[in-house]
Amino acid sequence: MSPAPSSHADSWRPRAIGLTVLAFVVSAVVGFVALPLAQPDLKLKDVWDAICSAAGVASRQTAVKTIEPDFKVSSVVLTPDLLNLEDAQSIGRGATLAHQCAICHGPAGISRADSPNLTGQYASVVYKELKDFKTGARVNAVMTPFALVLSEQDMIDIAAYYAYLPRLPSSIIDNSKAPRIVANGDPMRGIAPCGACHGELDNKRGSPRIAGQPAAYILSQLQAFASGERRNDINQQMRTIARRMTPTEMEAAARYYSGESR
Amino acid sequence: MLTSKRLILAHFWLAFIVFGVALLLGAWQMLVRSPLVPWISNPEWYYRSLTAHGTIMGYAFPTLIAMGFGYAISESALGQPLIGRRWAWLGFGLIVVGAVMAMVPVALGLASVLYTFYPPMIGSPFYYIGVVLVVVGSWIWVALMVVNLAIWKRANPGKPVPLAMYANVAGSLLWAWTAVGAALELLLQIIPVALGLSATIDAGLARVFFSWTLHAIVYFWLFPTYIAYYTIVPRAIGGKVYSDTMARIAFILFLVVSMPIGIHHSFMDPEVGAGFKFLHSAFTALVALPTLITVFTICASVEIAARLRGGRGLFGWVTALPWSNPIMLAVAFSFVMLGFGGAGGLINMHYQFDATIHNTQWITGHFHLIFGGAIVIMYFAIAYDLWPHLTGRAFTNLRLMRLQLWLWFIGMIVTTFPWHWVGILGMPRRMAYFDYTNPALAVDAFSVILSVIGGFILVLSGILFIVILLRGQTAPHAESGTYRFATAVHPPVTVPAALNGYALWVALMIGLTVTNYGYPIAQLALRPGTAVPAVYVGGQR
Repeated sequence: MSPAPSSHADSWRPRAIGLTVLAFVVSAVVGFVALPLAQPDLKLKDVWDAICSAAGVASRQTAVKTIEPDFKVSSVVLTPDLLNLEDAQSIGRGATLAHQCAICHGPAGISRADSPNLTGQYASVVYKELKDFKTGARVNAVMTPFALVLSEQDMIDIAAYYAYLPRLPSSIIDNSKAPRIVANGDPMRGIAPCGACHGELDNKRGSPRIAGQPAAYILSQLQAFASGERRNDINQQMRTIARRMTPTEMEAAARYYSGESR
Repeated sequence: MLTSKRLILAHFWLAFIVFGVALLLGAWQMLVRSPLVPWISNPEWYYRSLTAHGTIMGYAFPTLIAMGFGYAISESALGQPLIGRRWAWLGFGLIVVGAVMAMVPVALGLASVLYTFYPPMIGSPFYYIGVVLVVVGSWIWVALMVVNLAIWKRANPGKPVPLAMYANVAGSLLWAWTAVGAALELLLQIIPVALGLSATIDAGLARVFFSWTLHAIVYFWLFPTYIAYYTIVPRAIGGKVYSDTMARIAFILFLVVSMPIGIHHSFMDPEVGAGFKFLHSAFTALVALPTLITVFTICASVEIAARLRGGRGLFGWVTALPWSNPIMLAVAFSFVMLGFGGAGGLINMHYQFDATIHNTQWITGHFHLIFGGAIVIMYFAIAYDLWPHLTGRAFTNLRLMRLQLWLWFIGMIVTTFPWHWVGILGMPRRMAYFDYTNPALAVDAFSVILSVIGGFILVLSGILFIVILLRGQTAPHAESGTYRFATAVHPPVTVPAALNGYALWVALMIGLTVTNYGYPIAQLALRPGTAVPAVYVGGQR
């Protein structure tokens, strides 16, 4: 009935610490030295190289040359500032600059010529497309000459102005009639639902809201993505999706978002 | 000696009420993604429900059980009234406030980020702050358990700490340390972004922080179950604990090795080096040890009970067990589910095996079988065992209790076995929708329907459980005697100091956290250019 003698504690402590250290050292030697060196594909120089590789130290493979694309890629970076353009002066300047856009996109940002409706579009979207037209990442015979003469501030102002205008009302499309491709996508073909990024179900930053856009425009862009004629989607997400869509699905999506199938 | 009966009952009742709600949500989720009904056409509803289901089942329900059971253990095992009862009520209050604060934005669709948070998705700050409050409330419990034990130790110098309390405090210390990972993720990374102070987040670092919590939290859920194995089961079936020392070793092994293994949840993630993945894989293998010790010790304890009841033969004693006793039934079901779930876990901890089932329904099946099956069925047993002592009324209908346990066992098997199977076929998890008309998915349809049926059997069992507890609350008064725990074959007279305290084991736990997590965290935290823009959930439409 005596209290635990201290010699017990003394023998437990070194044994417990010893076993733990042993477990750690054995695992570490296997994981950081033996296993990396057993993989010839890693092309490791020595043990230290193996340890660094297994620890995940960032390294650049000098032997691999970066393949440069044979077309212009988008140089747009969406910063937090770009996502919240609400400066009144910027909107005012944008309104003046937007006069030149009115001939196709309409005086209030609503087109009568199957050009995109810009009213209420996210500023990040309008800015990105203008910049891509200017740098050549996106090419269009009509838009490119307009964009070439715009300064960085001009593009920001125009984007702020259109974002300031009211959105087309959601009621122009009937949510309950969303076709499968819009509401569900097709997981087995790697197609995300259109609505998960482009509005009505959800919106992802940088994606345009496409409700109320002309059907002809939506269809032409899907076809352009599918053929590779348009490639300013930074991670190829739209090219990947559009390539796998059937013509019927493209048409269904275009008609739904334009409100024609209502 | 149970004096804080209202406090303990409040924890159990809240736990089982929120459990009932989350159970219904779970069954609904299974139904709407099955081939049985046309799809709801809006994934947001699905993820909203999934977030609520996971947050309740992962954070609120087991925490409340561990706390309520912990208070009961502290009073009965130490034989002293709970010190700091007001603080305990404060902790309970924080959990209630936190749960409401978290669930309102979830219900409004402003925080459909799932209970694992998944940055860069960012929801309403109220959701995260609510979760933090739940954790803070549980930390009050941790402090109270430590304080109560310290006061008892001072009054009983040199005496062995009763096993139930020894394990209980080990569990609370494990929780205190393992919750730090998610707390760092929330406080340093997610909440600033949710409040708009920053627009970018290092998602890789956040995932590493979360893995710190995500695996050991399972062992925190598991502690009440293991305590019940060792300290309730042998007494309830008329036996004795085979070895008090083995039990203590099992619990301190959990304390040491369940923590530095979480990166096995991130085997397929690119942000952690392969060496650290191997290290965590190796330590994951070690965590099977305390479970194997427990299975052996409990089987031996059960055999002792059977032989005391006249059981004979190599295996013939099994028939001598009191199978009409719900606790006996519960522990048998729990072991079967632990066996299958543990076998699945051995697959998950292997880097190469994991690659084939990663992010598939196999994983959903695995953790439902372990947590919803092996662990929760013992939560039922704990409630059944403790209820008469808390209410002062006796259960009269054992048949109903057995039916409830049978239904839970069958329901869980029917739910999770098909999930494992479709997982092997490649069916992904966390999907709101499956197109079963697609030839590649059509083969899953039958198994998915089976698991939906299992889900509804579980709902039936859950309803029955609440009914039994309610009836237990209104039965005629009956004296149930003092609540006590199982004694060992050789009750501990002296215990090595190392198995009567925690300093050594907590030091090893923290030391292994530093060795296994230190470099991956430091590397990600110090490396520039790893933050990505936040994706706000429920924001602009």
